[in-house]
Amino acid sequence: MKKNLTLLSIVMISRSTAFAQEVEMADTMRSEGKIYVVVAVAFLSLAILSFYMIRIERKVTKLEKEMKK
Amino acid sequence: MKSNMARSWWWKITALALLFFTYYEGFLGEIPRMPILNETIRNLYFHVTMWMAMLVLMICNAFYGILYLNKSDLYFDLVADESARIAMVFGIAGLLTGMVWANYTWGAPWVNDPQLNGTAASLLIYAAYFILRNAIPDDSKRARLSAVYGIFAFVMMIVFIMVLPKMTDSLHPGKGGNPGFNKYDLDANMRMVFYPAVIAWTLLGVWMMSLRVRIRKIEWKNEDQ
Repeated sequence: MKKNLTLLSIVMISRSTAFAQEVEMADTMRSEGKIYVVVAVAFLSLAILSFYMIRIERKVTKLEKEMKK
Repeated sequence: MKSNMARSWWWKITALALLFFTYYEGFLGEIPRMPILNETIRNLYFHVTMWMAMLVLMICNAFYGILYLNKSDLYFDLVADESARIAMVFGIAGLLTGMVWANYTWGAPWVNDPQLNGTAASLLIYAAYFILRNAIPDDSKRARLSAVYGIFAFVMMIVFIMVLPKMTDSLHPGKGGNPGFNKYDLDANMRMVFYPAVIAWTLLGVWMMSLRVRIRKIEWKNEDQ
């Protein structure tokens, strides 16, 4: 009985790991390095957003200083 | 928020740096291999964080509402109003990103899920907050009523998005005993990205809110002159 249980658990563990490897991920895209194109574009859009946020921040600070005078 | 805090740079730069970190790890970081979800689990950093940012800004709204009721300073009402506005922006972003994600993992953009209906209901409650504000011309009366309503709305939102979905069945992870994503709840790698991502989006939201508050203050001063 005990032997059967260990056998069963071994089978189940090996099945679950096999299952985990079968899951389809974007491995090809990664191995080809195309994912870096996506990262580059995302970074560029984020950089523009950051630049714009900083511009608004500066503008508001300038207005506040003008109001104080 | 005190004005020197609103003008200091360190937390804004932190927000931007963490956003870059989020995007980098969001596309290149290690994630668990899971069926159905596949690569879409990365949306954790871009969809769930919207709700977290919204939640923090709504807490801000209720908190400043209470402050107004205590001190009767219209500045607190201004912060409460603008937090609710930016919170709505993040809420709508969360809803739309959620619909895209749901379409590919659950098969439809809108499934009859208590979490989804709850969030839609709480967004509508906050839409009523703005309608209430617009309906009252008197400044202090508007501030007082909307502060009270804001506290009520916050409690309702907590019930709708955090309590009710846990009591019934939901497709969302960790709700109604759904084991679906338990793996990623425990995934240490994803946590190390998720928490900074939450901080990043929240700080960005607070930054947007503080900018709007400062612009409105300039408007006030202009009107006084």
